[in-house]
Amino acid sequence: MSETPAAMLPLAISGLVALSLALAILATIWPRQAHRIGGYGAVLMAAAVVALSALFLAAGPEPENAATRVALGGWEAPLGVMLHLDGLSMTLLVLTSVVGMATSLYSLGYVHDPIERRQFWPLWLWLWAGLNMLLLSGDAFNLYISLEVVSLSAVALVAFTGTAAAVSGAMRYLLINILGSLSFLMGVVLLFGEHGVLDLVLLEARTEIGPTERMAAVLMTAGLMLKAALFPLHVWLAPAHGSAPAPVSAVLSGLVVTGSFYLILRLWMGPFAPLATPAFGILVGLLGVAALIWGSAQALRSGRLKSIVAYSTVAQFGYLLIAFPLMLVDSEAWKVVVFFAVVHALAKASVFLAAGTLQHAAGHDRIAEMGGILRARGRTVFALGLAGVSLMGLPFTGGFIAKYLLLEAGLATILAGSLIGVLWVIAIAGGGLLAAGYVLRMVAPAFHRGPRDAGEAVSPWMDWVPLGLAVVAAAAGFAGTLTLHTLTLTPGAP
Amino acid sequence: MSDGGWLLLAILMSSLGPGLAIFFLPERRYGLRTLLNLGGAGTKLVLVGWLLVSVLRGDEYRLVLPLLPGIDFVLAADALSLLFATLSAVLWFVTTVYAIGYLEGSPRRSRFFGFFSLCVSATVGIALSGNLITLLIFYELLTLATWPLVVHRGTPAALRAGRLYLGYTLTSGLVLFTAIVWLTLLAGAESFVPGGYLGELASTHETTLKVLFVMLMIGFGVKAALVPLHSWLPIAMVAPAPVSALLHAVAVVKAGAFGIVRVVNDVFGAEVAIELGLAAGLVVVAAITILYGSIQALRTDDLKQRLAFSTVSQVSYIVLGVALAGPLGVIGGLVHLVHQGITKITLFFCAGNFAETLGIHKISELDGVGRRMPLTMLAFTLGALGMIGLPPLAGFVTKWHLGLGALEAQFHWVLAVLIASSLLNAAYFLPPVIRGWLGERRTPWHEHMVEHSGPTRFETHWMLLVPTLFVAALSLLGGLLAGMSLSPLDWVTLIVERDYSIPGFAP
Repeated sequence: MSETPAAMLPLAISGLVALSLALAILATIWPRQAHRIGGYGAVLMAAAVVALSALFLAAGPEPENAATRVALGGWEAPLGVMLHLDGLSMTLLVLTSVVGMATSLYSLGYVHDPIERRQFWPLWLWLWAGLNMLLLSGDAFNLYISLEVVSLSAVALVAFTGTAAAVSGAMRYLLINILGSLSFLMGVVLLFGEHGVLDLVLLEARTEIGPTERMAAVLMTAGLMLKAALFPLHVWLAPAHGSAPAPVSAVLSGLVVTGSFYLILRLWMGPFAPLATPAFGILVGLLGVAALIWGSAQALRSGRLKSIVAYSTVAQFGYLLIAFPLMLVDSEAWKVVVFFAVVHALAKASVFLAAGTLQHAAGHDRIAEMGGILRARGRTVFALGLAGVSLMGLPFTGGFIAKYLLLEAGLATILAGSLIGVLWVIAIAGGGLLAAGYVLRMVAPAFHRGPRDAGEAVSPWMDWVPLGLAVVAAAAGFAGTLTLHTLTLTPGAP
Repeated sequence: MSDGGWLLLAILMSSLGPGLAIFFLPERRYGLRTLLNLGGAGTKLVLVGWLLVSVLRGDEYRLVLPLLPGIDFVLAADALSLLFATLSAVLWFVTTVYAIGYLEGSPRRSRFFGFFSLCVSATVGIALSGNLITLLIFYELLTLATWPLVVHRGTPAALRAGRLYLGYTLTSGLVLFTAIVWLTLLAGAESFVPGGYLGELASTHETTLKVLFVMLMIGFGVKAALVPLHSWLPIAMVAPAPVSALLHAVAVVKAGAFGIVRVVNDVFGAEVAIELGLAAGLVVVAAITILYGSIQALRTDDLKQRLAFSTVSQVSYIVLGVALAGPLGVIGGLVHLVHQGITKITLFFCAGNFAETLGIHKISELDGVGRRMPLTMLAFTLGALGMIGLPPLAGFVTKWHLGLGALEAQFHWVLAVLIASSLLNAAYFLPPVIRGWLGERRTPWHEHMVEHSGPTRFETHWMLLVPTLFVAALSLLGGLLAGMSLSPLDWVTLIVERDYSIPGFAP
């Protein structure tokens, strides 16, 4: 092959999209073999993403023209569907493939009932394909479609065990999602009506801020905040994430909310960037502080293992909001936010998978009655603890590096003369302490004196995958430089 | 970066590798676990010895890994880091032997030794850290690795101690974290340099530097148990004896003290610290801590608690010496890093032997124990006299240099503190010694160990006795042979000569 990496990129991008869609379709028409398709497909997909990222980095583009845009079927924007790959989407694609592969392997052990298997795998592969599409889409309508694919398969996945709690959680989740999608779609329609294009790059070039754009921004952001469970639109998250099957919770908390957040970030770095004023930034930051406190307080009070983890997602997403005013002071800070979202997703997925193993062994997740299980399953508790350390932001983990960068950005606002920066710094630092509190609640019973009880047998996948993912979350601490470098390859971003 | 960086990594891995392997060992693999433990400890000892000789020859060792743009993870070996690394490597080996004997037959040993090894890896990491960020990483790692050891017994008291420990250390850790990020924003991620790297900022950012210094002292002061941040230490003594030894002598409080040494000498530098009045403030805090710890030690009857308060007091000698910020004071402080370590570990081993063998926990129960366990009592006596500072034992060498350092730095009142503290030391350490040798036991001993695991050949299990005698001998030799080359005093003098070219100093 004599072609340069840059020349091969468009083909590779289309290939990845084709692969993820092919897996989903195959599993749908051949449900009996769905778990095999999913299992092997997951490894294949991860390999494909690794190859793509190698190509992307090998192409070594200059930051200004690092985005590779592929027109499907040769139809250029504004008419056709554009695929769009840059540093930001590359980073999140890698995240998706890591969490996706771990979840798939875990599910090989978790979903063993033949009927459930037939339902689970096609849905999950559609969800994954939707996420890949979401990350690779370059126009607002296509983003909407992918968002819908993700949301609907997520809703079905929450419900698929068929228990009363799961179904009611799924219903709530469905309503929220429809509301969010509608709101987003209305915003898209407004923008299209005003400018006649949907491509984000074209939109950004054409947008001058008027009442229509303001309205569109409010609608689209509110819809996405609802989906990302950003405070104060977070109330639905804990029941849905807490009652879903463990691999689904991991994907929801790790990837789906991150996907919505990705869209918010894209929009506000692109077309809506002029709307962000300091006062607005401070308001968002205050919401973040409230989320941090409220989510942590709920996690500290909850008596159920998976609710603790779910509330911790609300709390951790508070950091993302707190980062908003920091971005206004130092526009480079958006990379910090993405890095934080990535390490959070890794750690959170790992915690959810570990919690699922413990729940499966115990048959329930009431933390007060799980002492024996926790004492007997040291490996899983170790995974829980290690990923928990990352959530707390302590070394050697990815969480530590992310916390470092956040603190640095926060202190930089103080040095830039903003008094409210003190609040951000206290919240960023103090949030780690709250996280330590709820992580300790999950881990400490393992150290109490008492009988040991291994509970139900679990498959080796369920035993080892959480640990593996937790190690990856910790090792992300060494990926700081690489991730930040990849993120600089995002044109249009500050 | 020289190729020798791999030696530093190997030193870290020599405890980290076996530690991680031990986690996954089934409980019953006693032999393999012991092999891993002692193999790791032995390897580390050899590697640190090699490094020691090389550094003495003048070789440079440095390992740099990029962590973030502009911020590196730096391992480096200078004379000061070797002082701490050697201390912890030697004492780790001894404590491992002791812990194997101490925990024989008790449950959950794989978990215990796994975290035990992590803990020592973190300590050596702290010793070899080449800049503040690296130091912070290992410092926080140490917090996390010690918590499971503190709560190891799983009793409500142990868990309470664990919560308190985490509460104190994590909170202070966040203060430290914030301070270090701030400092890095101001001055960049510099490596430790003797004399500090903040000289240029001292005139422009005076207030900020003062605030940062206080924050750093809070961060390190919790582990170093500076009053009023010391409350966790006496409560954490519910942990098993080898853990107490680790907390008090090898790892935790030492890490705090070492951090303070690094900040004063290698970040701010003695000159800036004196100029901004920070050194004087630290002298006052250290003096208060020395007296307060001693007074509290007097008031308690529980042997381990008395030892814990004594640690509060003794560790501040290190801080005091460094805060005096003159060559003689620094010698006194740094040499006490070693002296306090070997002396205090002797005392904790003895307390563990008494508790394990005869179920003695209180000083009032020590009457006549010298007849039942003469060797342990002898070791205890050596340790106690060393702490009091009786010549020619180790503590005397420390106090002598501290006194000279105080005179040199014109802090005459510090001499009074030293004298008062020595008297107080005598007041709380002599009673147990006197009771042990001269008291009389009227009822038969409650033979705790014999009941559980049968008669022992010596006065207690050999794995408990031999380490105790070994460290007791070390604490004796540390004072007796202080004038020899490669004694702690000699090494510390080398550090001060080599790294702290303070004007007008001729040792």
